[in-house]
Amino acid sequence: MRTVTVVGASLAGLHAARALRAEGFDGRLVIVGAERHRPYDRPPLSKSFLTQRPPGDVELADLRLCDREEEDALAAEWHLGTRATALDTAGRTVTVDDGRTVRTLRTDGVVIATGAAPRTLPGPPLAGVHVLRTYDDAHALRTALHDGTPRVVVIGGGFIGAEAASSCAALGLPVTVVEAAPLPLVPQLGPDLARICADLPARHGVRLLCGTGVAALRDGGTGRVRAVELADGRLLDADLVIVGIGVRPATGWLTGSGLRLDDGVVCDAGGVTAVPRVVAVGDVARCAGVRTEHWTSAAEQPATAVRNLLAGRTVARHETPPYFWSDQYGVRLQLAGRPGPGDAVRIVEGDPGDGGFLAVHERDGCTTAVFAADRPRPFMRLRRRLATDPPGSPGPSGTPAAPAGAPGAAFWPYCSAASGHRCAAPTPGA
Amino acid sequence: MIPVCRTEDLPEGGAVRIEIDATTPAIAVFRSEGALYALDDRCSHQDASLSEGWVEGCQVECPLHAALFDLRTGVPSCLPARRPVRTHEVTEADGMIHVRPAARENTVREDAYA
Repeated sequence: MRTVTVVGASLAGLHAARALRAEGFDGRLVIVGAERHRPYDRPPLSKSFLTQRPPGDVELADLRLCDREEEDALAAEWHLGTRATALDTAGRTVTVDDGRTVRTLRTDGVVIATGAAPRTLPGPPLAGVHVLRTYDDAHALRTALHDGTPRVVVIGGGFIGAEAASSCAALGLPVTVVEAAPLPLVPQLGPDLARICADLPARHGVRLLCGTGVAALRDGGTGRVRAVELADGRLLDADLVIVGIGVRPATGWLTGSGLRLDDGVVCDAGGVTAVPRVVAVGDVARCAGVRTEHWTSAAEQPATAVRNLLAGRTVARHETPPYFWSDQYGVRLQLAGRPGPGDAVRIVEGDPGDGGFLAVHERDGCTTAVFAADRPRPFMRLRRRLATDPPGSPGPSGTPAAPAGAPGAAFWPYCSAASGHRCAAPTPGA
Repeated sequence: MIPVCRTEDLPEGGAVRIEIDATTPAIAVFRSEGALYALDDRCSHQDASLSEGWVEGCQVECPLHAALFDLRTGVPSCLPARRPVRTHEVTEADGMIHVRPAARENTVREDAYA
């Protein structure tokens, strides 16, 4: 391959470019990014970035993912502020548009890393309504939050909504979170932990309204949002609305490319699509049936996908258990693994009613996921165990087996089921 | 020198975080393979406490994003961290551990370009 084009210049795209050079690819490396900014880190945008009176301590330069020296070493051809509009997999071209000129870039290999875009509410755009994904989004939101004392309504109680609401509360603003489901974060944490975490907003003066959708945004004919009308008829006064109702994988430009699209670019566990020399990574990739939107997946998947791209077939799979964290209401939440609907949840350290705690999800005698609220150190120990113990492997030698879920059981040393999920043996206090 | 803790309070593989005053960044003191190390506690990538990290040999792994720092030099050996954390002098005598915080140098932002 003489030319590889990485489409997407955020975390996953940059890591793909790094991986290409690390794997010895010395051909032409093209990076296309829709945003005008060089790659930057997004996680602080919903957290410390918002709470600082502009300009704050965290600015774009602090968020950069690569410095000048590394950028020089990548020796890439950057097309920033440039949107990919089409991929011709037969003719091996990527069409890009920088707002003035449409160009067709010839390429041999393609890494798709276009990420995802926030879902929006139907209806005409109104002033005072924000989404939070990019630096520009966060900058606009921060400016608005620091202008007076806006009454904030956050639509969506997922991680972005919760973190944004938490930041608004930290600024002393009146905040209401509207969540359509009976509880926020159930898909991410499972019902037991979601119930525990649902107490957090109220303890920080944030009103959480669950089980009701949004019917409409009202502007009173001014073009600026005035209120949020709920599906149950209630009307919430609002000067500022943050819409955090999830994202859509950015696959619109791939329509007609021949790639299979189904809530993301369909690929195998190695990021390899059915089209030769096209791989996908990060939020846009649906790998082996699962699309993750986690920072760590976006940072880790590219090394695997790039190896496969250069090999011309799947020689490696990315199988590390998913990991994410969220900082909200002064608490650091961390989860690693794949919690399932029927899992039992057991608190192994601390007390949810009194500060931080550590919990494990268990199924068929195996640990499927570990979760911590303000327990980074023991969490890290369990997370490593989750990642390193292969399925079905015995636990530490000499460790007596304890029945799964037994009161006080400290070990899950044996995976009893050939169920294919990873088995970890958390050892509190070890 | 600033007292950290008694010798027995920092076992092998352990870490202690100390806050000195409001203007001095917190320091993490580690014991690994018999040696003592002192580093700035805050990861240079994002807000995380290295004293809560995973210590192995002469490295500590950040508990948030798995950046690795050399305990001897404070230099990161892998992403996402790119900037080193400061190291501090640490001593152990008469059953007590002490640190001498490094002088705060002017921070130069190497990557401040648009």
